[in-house]
Amino acid sequence: MDDIVKEFLVESTENLDRLDRDLVRLEEDPKNSETITSIFRTIHTIKGTSGFLAFKKLEALTHVAESLLSKLRDGAFAVNEEITSALLSTTDAVRKMLATVEQDGTDGEERYSDLVDRLVRLNESNGGGSSGAKSEAAPNNATAEVEKSAPVALASAESPAPTSAPNPESSVPEPVDAAAAHAHDSGHHHEHDRAARSESEGAPDPTAALASKITDSTIRVDVELLEKLMNLVGELVLARNQVIQFTNQVGDVQFQRTAQRLNLVTTELQESVMKTRMQQIGNVWSKFPRVVRDLAVTCKKKVRVEMEGKETDLDRSLLEAIKDPLTHIVRNSVDHGIETPEVRVAAGKPAEGTLKLRAYHEGGQVNIEIIDDGGGINIEKVKAKAIQQGLLTVDQAAKMGEREAVNLIFHPGLSTADKVTNISGRGVGMDVVKSNIEKIGGAIDIQSKLGEGTNIKIKIPLTLAIIPALTVLCHGDRYAIPQVSLLELVRLDGEAARKGIENLHGSLVHRLRGQLLPLVFLADELGMMGKRSARDVMESITDEINIVVLQADGRPFGLVVDRIQDTEEIVVKPLGKHIKNIAAFAGTTIMGDGRVSLILDVPGIASRAGIDAERVRENELMAAQNTHSNSAEWRTLLVFQAGAEGRMAFPIGAVSRLEEIKRDTIELAGDTYLVQYRGEIMPLIDIGSVISVRGSGIDLSPGGPEVVHVVVYTCEGRNVGLLVGRILDIVEEQIQARRETTRPGVCETLVVQGKITEVIDLKWVFDQIRHLFTEATLMGSTR
Amino acid sequence: MTVSANQQYCTFSVDGMCFGIDVQKVQEAIRFQEMTRVPLADPTIRGLINLRGQIVTAVDLRLRLGLTPRDGDRQPMNVILRTDDGPVSLLVDEVGDVLQVNSDQFESPPDRLTGIAREVVSGVYKLEGCLLLILDTERVLEIDESKLENSHAA
Repeated sequence: MDDIVKEFLVESTENLDRLDRDLVRLEEDPKNSETITSIFRTIHTIKGTSGFLAFKKLEALTHVAESLLSKLRDGAFAVNEEITSALLSTTDAVRKMLATVEQDGTDGEERYSDLVDRLVRLNESNGGGSSGAKSEAAPNNATAEVEKSAPVALASAESPAPTSAPNPESSVPEPVDAAAAHAHDSGHHHEHDRAARSESEGAPDPTAALASKITDSTIRVDVELLEKLMNLVGELVLARNQVIQFTNQVGDVQFQRTAQRLNLVTTELQESVMKTRMQQIGNVWSKFPRVVRDLAVTCKKKVRVEMEGKETDLDRSLLEAIKDPLTHIVRNSVDHGIETPEVRVAAGKPAEGTLKLRAYHEGGQVNIEIIDDGGGINIEKVKAKAIQQGLLTVDQAAKMGEREAVNLIFHPGLSTADKVTNISGRGVGMDVVKSNIEKIGGAIDIQSKLGEGTNIKIKIPLTLAIIPALTVLCHGDRYAIPQVSLLELVRLDGEAARKGIENLHGSLVHRLRGQLLPLVFLADELGMMGKRSARDVMESITDEINIVVLQADGRPFGLVVDRIQDTEEIVVKPLGKHIKNIAAFAGTTIMGDGRVSLILDVPGIASRAGIDAERVRENELMAAQNTHSNSAEWRTLLVFQAGAEGRMAFPIGAVSRLEEIKRDTIELAGDTYLVQYRGEIMPLIDIGSVISVRGSGIDLSPGGPEVVHVVVYTCEGRNVGLLVGRILDIVEEQIQARRETTRPGVCETLVVQGKITEVIDLKWVFDQIRHLFTEATLMGSTR
Repeated sequence: MTVSANQQYCTFSVDGMCFGIDVQKVQEAIRFQEMTRVPLADPTIRGLINLRGQIVTAVDLRLRLGLTPRDGDRQPMNVILRTDDGPVSLLVDEVGDVLQVNSDQFESPPDRLTGIAREVVSGVYKLEGCLLLILDTERVLEIDESKLENSHAA
């Protein structure tokens, strides 16, 4: 038997149990629209699936039941006992049909035309079927009358006791007591299995015993139990790790062997338990080509299905939860989205439409996209329909944006199909899809372009999925970053750390291969540093900067952390009730050493930090201003005094370090001053004399100052110490007036802090002293 | 609050006061566990602990009741509560015995009880030697998250 049929059987029998419960509840509380909707959806699902599995009789029966329920849901008339009885009969009939399906793969010969007639009559007579007085009569009588005096076999609310009367709808009497008895069963699965089996046993077919094994070959296990198992295995792994560590200290061979075995078994156990929960999304997708094909044939369309990311792992419970919504969307896309070949060709598209399914992990979430290249959603039509159905006023519709309008299709009861087919168009679907996805903490977004197609994107959290993550340290705590968001790691050391970070109008950036990368300091973002300005942050930078380059919604940004550790596979656990609203975290996990770590929510952090499209654009604009000369640009300059009164400046980005060097450590070799600096010999150049500033000349004689100020500049991998008179300030200022080159060694003259300041052309300076590095003595000791 | 004739309470002390929680709601009491702090969370949330593979939020009862923080060198103990949203730990100074008390001794909270304590104490048992304050666990764990975002809005 087909996998898809097996799945249908397992799923439907389960649904039927719920249906029984719901119907009884409905009778107790006939106005409960939630119950009606639940019943409606169950029947709708069975109808839908039986439709494309070609169980025509089953489909026909559930179709009329659905029509009746549809009216109930819309409140056209109220539920009464007759209706409940008829629906319960339907449940039992469906159950019997399913038993037949399980036996021989067909939905049997029985058409249940009496039941179908009865449902149709109830539907047409607005729930009456008989006069009001009659419907108040004893339920058995009332139903009997509708059924043309056929004996009532199926338990109604008033007669929950098992009844062994022959089935009224069946031409050949057949024992149905087991099924009927369970019409009111509260729905324990094994109870139900027994019912299903006894039904099969009652049939004469010798293959029955074999066929009924389908429901026995798998068992349903409480997810909570699996979760507990997984927790315990996690603990076992930790205990195992400790034992292994201990093994290295103990020489006992026998002990080592046992520990080795424990190790292997534990690993295998862990993998198996993990596997019980994880499934590939392909398991759900595998039935779509068939669904699409059948539907396309019915609608006389040509549709090709493409799949990408089939192997994306998803937690079992999540997979289960998105199965129905996905099916709905796929059916909708084929039915409403993709046009007929004629229309497509007329619109200049290939006759064959494409339905693309895409799944991937992103930002600690699983994304599933369903993309069709069909006609798209006609927003005006959606609005018109919404107005017509009273969901929207004309005024509201006029003000409504495109995106909002598209999302109207998630409204319960709204369908844009012109006529109700038995595929779709009843207004059930998208609202169910949305509510089901939101139930598991997911989100659905729809984008559509009229004439070009529709892209439906579902994001679901991977509550229990296992993901590779990077662990980082920040302020003594360890955090995990989902690796899907990770682009690269950048480490800036020493002078690179100092000059690698720039302050662009209050926001810190790093130039990464010419691109400006906005930076977010994790410690600040987590509120551990109090309020610090960009300048405070800049000043706190010491010798080392670790940047984790991440991307959120396609935009890169750098997260600055204290240290970058390892990557490891982590099991994502949801955030507890008290902390789940903190946008910076996506979940929690237990690390290899048994300690708890928080998982960072990369998009959450990005939006908290204000890394959004606008900010990025702003930065790009600033970068452009910085590279091209502009009358009002922001620059950070190191201003110093050269000679007696000259003000000069370096762009701060060019400066590696500022040093104070004791005069007595400076040595003279030939006519060049040298100093031992960081394990190498660095020449010292008096900047004033190179550029010939009046009154320059730093006094390095024994009678001069004890300490001299040196600006370390690195070029072509070599450090040069530039002797400056006095460092005046580091200014970040908008430069208003400027004049181009006045003399060699000066690239421009600016007005900084109201005073004329010359900006030194460091490259030129370096060229003047390049010859120093060609000397063998220096060559050997530089890098 | 209805109290059966003989009710059992798990008792513990916080800042010299004696508190009790219905023993049915207490999963277990364990010694101090290493915690992972949660930045940006409400200050009463001291951190997350690993309880046999389950991640449990630890709420400091002292801070929750607006009392002075514990001395640095004094390690709190965990009283693990069962809740609908999974276990939650209350950090207390010292865990005491399980006491069986008679409903005769039950009284509504005294008027002199003020502030947060007033909100979370559902009643008092006058026992020999001490007053046993009964905690309403649901109220204790109702930590207002709305004020959170405000205090951290950067």
